[in-house]
Amino acid sequence: MTRWGMVIDLDRCTACQACVVACQVENNIPPVDQADSERGRGISWIRLAPFREGEHGTRPSLRLVPIPCMHCERPPCVKVCPATATVIGHEGLVGQIYARCIGCRYCTTACPYTVRQFNWKKPEWPQPMQDGLSPDVSVRPRGVVEKCSFCHHRLQRARDQARMEDRTLRDGDYLPACVESCPAEAMFFGDLDDPRSVVARLAAGPRAFRLLEELGTKPKVIYLSKGESGGDV
Amino acid sequence: METFEGNDDSRLLAPIETTQPRFWIFIGTLLAIGLWGAFAWWTQLRRGLSVTGLNSPVFWGLYITNFVFFIGISHAGTLISAILRLAHAEWRRSITRAAEVITVLVLFFGMACVILDLGRPDRVFNVLRFGNFTSPLLWDVTSVATYLTASTIYLFLPLIPDIAILRDRMPSRRWLYRPLALGWTGSDRQRRLLDRSIAIMAVIVIPIAVSVHTVVSWVFAMTVQPMWHSTIFGPYFVVGAIFSGIAAIIIAMAIIRKAYHLEEYLKPIHFNNLGLLLLVMSLLWFYFTFAEFLTTYYGGEPMHMVVFLSKTQGKFSPLFWTMVVTCFIVPFSLLANRRTRTRVWGTVAASVSVQIGMWLERFLIVVPSLSSPRIPMAAPSYVPSWVEWSLFAAFVSMFILLYATFTKFFPIVSIWEIREGREHSVSEVTSRVLSYLPEATHE
Repeated sequence: MTRWGMVIDLDRCTACQACVVACQVENNIPPVDQADSERGRGISWIRLAPFREGEHGTRPSLRLVPIPCMHCERPPCVKVCPATATVIGHEGLVGQIYARCIGCRYCTTACPYTVRQFNWKKPEWPQPMQDGLSPDVSVRPRGVVEKCSFCHHRLQRARDQARMEDRTLRDGDYLPACVESCPAEAMFFGDLDDPRSVVARLAAGPRAFRLLEELGTKPKVIYLSKGESGGDV
Repeated sequence: METFEGNDDSRLLAPIETTQPRFWIFIGTLLAIGLWGAFAWWTQLRRGLSVTGLNSPVFWGLYITNFVFFIGISHAGTLISAILRLAHAEWRRSITRAAEVITVLVLFFGMACVILDLGRPDRVFNVLRFGNFTSPLLWDVTSVATYLTASTIYLFLPLIPDIAILRDRMPSRRWLYRPLALGWTGSDRQRRLLDRSIAIMAVIVIPIAVSVHTVVSWVFAMTVQPMWHSTIFGPYFVVGAIFSGIAAIIIAMAIIRKAYHLEEYLKPIHFNNLGLLLLVMSLLWFYFTFAEFLTTYYGGEPMHMVVFLSKTQGKFSPLFWTMVVTCFIVPFSLLANRRTRTRVWGTVAASVSVQIGMWLERFLIVVPSLSSPRIPMAAPSYVPSWVEWSLFAAFVSMFILLYATFTKFFPIVSIWEIREGREHSVSEVTSRVLSYLPEATHE
């Protein structure tokens, strides 16, 4: 069984935000102006969360951690959606059905990672961005919830490619835009159930941990960090 | 003090038969506020939820607060009235109707609050087409719809004999009263049937009412968010609902009494008795709140403490301590004191205080937990916008408007139940009390 998962190595991450920008472009996420951004109306499917650390002031006191959707194996959002507009697929991807979402925002409040986003406004792009929208990803209307999809359209594309070349999917065929764009090579993606995959090997390592593991959501985004603060992030 | 006006109860029909000009001014004012609300809603439909003060991560605000608040008030009527009926509390006779109407009307506004909150109100029926029964929100839809149906029947049944009185008295409105009276003649068979149906509905309605606010609380408690994920939320919400519900009845009774000169029917003793119930609920509210906050504080889980401290010491503390004062200190001091409780103004002041406090309680449940997400992020403060406040004002106004309209079509104090009290209950109660005593003879 395939179980898609991501590994983010915090010891390599430079917090450059390339992943954030790559995601905006890849997934047709509309830009917001400063005023809306300050009002908490901006949308990003992956954000850098500022964790305070280093109580003695001997080290930088902020650590920025990239937070995409965790694609939990027990997703709290899927349970609470009254209209079955968010579902978990058989390969573990948590998807959002934009055409069905009623915009009640129960999922956004139930998600302990706060990674779900709401379209407060009709999305708009200035020219020439308007002409550069990706045809692979649907543009979401005002009033619905959206979230990181692990770029599942790329999975379709990788499958098609593999079929054309008459072979099965290989590790690395399917990579989300954030992983592909990471200049520090701090992000990895693949099948957690395939023991030979890079992610499975890293996820089994001693530096691996998950966010808010104690809540029992079983996230499929695994972080790597060594040192005393590792488990706390 | 006792001025007897004869037993014709014409004073109860007066509001239906005559209407003062000031009533129209009152209605006009309410309509104006309602129209303003319609404009606010139109603005929101046109420009989306960006016209509210909501943001990420405070995805829920005033609309959800008001949803819980209105559904809470709905516990006024049906529940209190059913309990008093089943307990054969004779003083209930003049207050049950006024209470039951609150329930039925306020439920519509509670449900409408959820629709206001939707990003895509046009897709609301998706909860039926693609319903997901693991969602507490769907449990809510189900239990509120059941409650609305049951409490409408429960309001209607005891209205039938009164509608028949109106049918016979007001030929000009026969088109309305004749079909609604369902051919009531007052025969013994009809009376037995009515008594039985009312008794059955009174029993059915109680568990439904309890389920409604329990499920409302579960919308929050079923998530793992700090200070929402609590096992006492069900009973805590039910207690809060009955608390604000009783306060709503007291306020409504005071206004009816003044506007329609019903001092003979709604006496200080009624306010005193409801005031005692309100006092008990105030103590229960304090007990639950104390238990909830002490447990959180003692456990000291960091994420829970962030929310705890934002309420008790942080940016929500002015609201929090106002809530403690208005939900407990004010009503407790007014109602524990016989001098203030036995006066109408005393219980009314306590009730107004409770309404403010319980609204704040709901706001303080919804907003602070969302304002401190577990994973740190820039969290702008939530300040409700003019659209949200306008719609709140409009909902309150339209509720009062519908309530006032009801009093112009149906007696707000049940005529036949007052008569029944006068004609049968006095002797019934005497024989009941006698039957408790050792001298009682077996029949």
